[in-house]
Amino acid sequence: MSAARVGVVTFPGTLDDQDAAKAVRLVGGEPVPLWHADRDLKGVDAVFLPGGFSYGDYLRCGAISRFAPLMEEIVSAARAGLPVLGTCNGFQILCEAHLLPGALTRNASLHYVCRDQRVRIETADTAWTNAYAAGQEITLPVKHGEGRYVADPETLAELEATGRVVVRYVGGNPNGSLNDIAGVRNEAGNVVGLMPHPEHAVEELVGAPGTDGLGFFTSILKKLVDA
Amino acid sequence: MSTDSVKRAEVTPDEPMPFAELGMKQDEYDRVREILGRRPTGSELAIYSVMWSEHCSYKSSKVHLKQFATKAPHSDALLVGMGENAGVVDIGDGWAATFKIESHNHPSYVEPHQGAATGVGGIVRDIMSMGARPIAVMDSLRFGGADQADTRRVLPGVVEGISHYGNCLGLPNIGGEVVFDPCYIGNPLVNALCVGLLRKDQIKLATAPGPGNKVVLFGASTGPDGIGGASVLASATFEDESAAKRPAVQVGDPFMEKLLIECCLELYAADVVVGIQDLGAAGVSCATTELAAKGTGGMDVDLNLVPLRDPSLRPEEILMSESQERMMAVVRPSDIPAFMAICEKWDVPATVIGEVTDTGRLVMTWNGEVIVDIPPGTAADDGPVYERPYHEPSGQAALNADTPDRLERPSDLRATLLRLLGSPNLASKEWVTGQYDRYVRSNTVLAQPADAGMLRVAEDIEGAEPTTRGIALSTDGNGRYAKLDPYAGAQLALAEAYRNVAVTGARPLAVTNCLNFGSPEDPEVMWQFAEAVRGLADACRILGVPVTGGNVSFYNQTGSTAINPTPVVGVLGVINDVARRVPTGFTGEGLRVALLGETRAEFGGSEWAHVEHGHLGGLPPEADLEAEQGLGRVLVTAAARGLLEGSHDLSDGGLAIALAESCMARGVGARVTLTGDPFTELFSESAARALVAVRPEAFDDLAKLCAEHDVPCYGLGVTGGTSLVVEGVLEVPVEELRETHAATLPALFG
Repeated sequence: MSAARVGVVTFPGTLDDQDAAKAVRLVGGEPVPLWHADRDLKGVDAVFLPGGFSYGDYLRCGAISRFAPLMEEIVSAARAGLPVLGTCNGFQILCEAHLLPGALTRNASLHYVCRDQRVRIETADTAWTNAYAAGQEITLPVKHGEGRYVADPETLAELEATGRVVVRYVGGNPNGSLNDIAGVRNEAGNVVGLMPHPEHAVEELVGAPGTDGLGFFTSILKKLVDA
Repeated sequence: MSTDSVKRAEVTPDEPMPFAELGMKQDEYDRVREILGRRPTGSELAIYSVMWSEHCSYKSSKVHLKQFATKAPHSDALLVGMGENAGVVDIGDGWAATFKIESHNHPSYVEPHQGAATGVGGIVRDIMSMGARPIAVMDSLRFGGADQADTRRVLPGVVEGISHYGNCLGLPNIGGEVVFDPCYIGNPLVNALCVGLLRKDQIKLATAPGPGNKVVLFGASTGPDGIGGASVLASATFEDESAAKRPAVQVGDPFMEKLLIECCLELYAADVVVGIQDLGAAGVSCATTELAAKGTGGMDVDLNLVPLRDPSLRPEEILMSESQERMMAVVRPSDIPAFMAICEKWDVPATVIGEVTDTGRLVMTWNGEVIVDIPPGTAADDGPVYERPYHEPSGQAALNADTPDRLERPSDLRATLLRLLGSPNLASKEWVTGQYDRYVRSNTVLAQPADAGMLRVAEDIEGAEPTTRGIALSTDGNGRYAKLDPYAGAQLALAEAYRNVAVTGARPLAVTNCLNFGSPEDPEVMWQFAEAVRGLADACRILGVPVTGGNVSFYNQTGSTAINPTPVVGVLGVINDVARRVPTGFTGEGLRVALLGETRAEFGGSEWAHVEHGHLGGLPPEADLEAEQGLGRVLVTAAARGLLEGSHDLSDGGLAIALAESCMARGVGARVTLTGDPFTELFSESAARALVAVRPEAFDDLAKLCAEHDVPCYGLGVTGGTSLVVEGVLEVPVEELRETHAATLPALFG
């Protein structure tokens, strides 16, 4: 069969799109570039919304991107079950587009932070984390200025009660996120957003130490093959 | 307001012109009149005043900088040398790297955030204009004393500016320096380096050939930013009376710069650019005169066509504006539709503002009247050249005579090590570098706190073959060494950068430099400058690494007090198989630790003398460049043969700090034995030394290799355990080293 096709979205100001495409290719998938101004998902099997500063993020992060023509397609496809992963700016966009609950605000330190962060995969029950074991601790880099996850108490309680916290910071919270939340999923589990960057932890030679991020990419490929 | 046209200038020859206010001397103004055969118009005066400023014309430094060319070593790798936007070197397999370092010192003092941010933006556009994709940045930063009040204003702003601009551009920040010294309190140094990658046959140059070709201005619109910034800010000191000029700092828009990068690369790939120039200091003046001077020789420009952010701007202001994120391209008329379509795709405004001619004149119009009509070369290339007088500073002999011999030696070396390790200059810079994205683009092999930054060479460019190569970069400088002896100080800066590249396994190839000094009108400062340039040029010749470009920053002084002379040197190296890179520090247990190179009792300008005694005197360590070259060959050969598991250069703080940093790198301890005087062995700053860790069975091969290159090789001990142990001298748990090292900057800056 042909390789699973994972769309990688580029907005003006997207930065980690090449990185995401490399990671998809590394696990045997076919990255498909998707352009913000097109209304065409090119028949992809899944979508990766990479990090960056879309449209400069001069307003609230992700606030303009959610109105991009391509986003309308992504929102309706995601609601119909298309697997979508957003990292960093991609996570911010998914929250702004109401595909995920909550919001990402300025880091508690008020500084941009780039560091190798210990995180725990809280659930393997998503399209993007099924290659991990629930409770598994891994190291992924974080790099953001606005990654403090917030939501109202009811939403937080619901996320916790329904197992929708996907990734949690351990050994230190880099940005002041409530409940140390690093990533969440939607009810169906096809849409996941997280601040850390699995695409920067896929090769021994470059990026963060280790290859702990590969699981996100093998997960989606496995999911697509099994489907 | 009436326009000062050429016609008007001809009939009002005696109208007084404000050349002095624009920083021009009487004799310089007289030369302009002589060139034009009449008085200049206001717009022409604007062009000459910025192009002939110290910042743009190098009028005080030119006579010395020539040595970088006349003494240049032969190098097969050099593709483009000095005089272009940036130098280009051949790194093999059809690939080339272009890199340059540039200062943004004065703006960063006035407005730290925007000053530093636009410093990054400017150097990135230099790299883009060579036809390359920018792939990484580095910053060499110097601030006043860490505990001085103004440092708490300047440092966080500078770091935030670099962080915001660089991170938004998607360029990994892979290294640099952060140094504190009270001499920089009123004159922080912000030197930004950018490196780019391109195919060897795709180099672009700043030239406007072919009459009839169109001149396109693209990127941000032009506003009243930094008008006169280049000449006023970079050529004047911060005396109180200049306060009125301070808002002249430019404001950066990294989002527009990111769009410009992608847009330019697509323009290059479509082959629709004949010549290109970034707009930096002196804006449209600089771009038009330089492009025209290097091309067919003439250009017609209609200034009314320049898109303005502020419609009230006068032509003189448009010419001098330093609005950021702008580029100028020369495009064949038939390629204009394709050019415009690519700009539109990236939402980058682009406007044809003129045309290349063969008249030999740069002619500009405003409201239909000719306001500029000059031979462009006279502004771009024929600026004034000064042979400024210089002599050794009156206190130099006394400074050199005041050696550290009189300083009391410590009895408790453990306490000395910890105090040095926690001192601001040697403490962890994580507080700074943790604000920079070092991972974006997924090619970062080594980044801070490694000795050098290293990148894998991997770009999706059509027709490019995959390669195993990587490039390494380091920037270094030491103002205290240079104060004691500017000739040796400049050589030591080069030696350290060369060594930092070599310890990672990369072969040093080429040099860029940023020469930060006080006022060239002070003969004592000029002596420091002349000596530093002479030293650097001599050292480049011996080490076989040519200078490819750089930047001079004068007037880094407040009142009559100049900064320590601070030549900052960047070295670029290449590693044939990037998988063979050598990580910094001790990477595992049970490795043999060896010290390569000779240790002498050299404490002049050392961190020990600085931290423990606040002393600066005597002479810096000897710059033994033959020894440096031998060490470099050993390190590069050993890395290629896979002999080295880890390495670290010895520099500030000597062996003690190198051992501590090597242990902290992966949390691996070490047990070592010293044979000579422990204080000298641990804290001397003799150059041409490195620490390496090898598998026990590889030690004999390493020793043999060292012998072949006359490099002393001393087995010191083995790695392992949770402490750094120097037998009979000191023992410190690695965790305690880490805590001491990490605590200082957060305590100072929050």
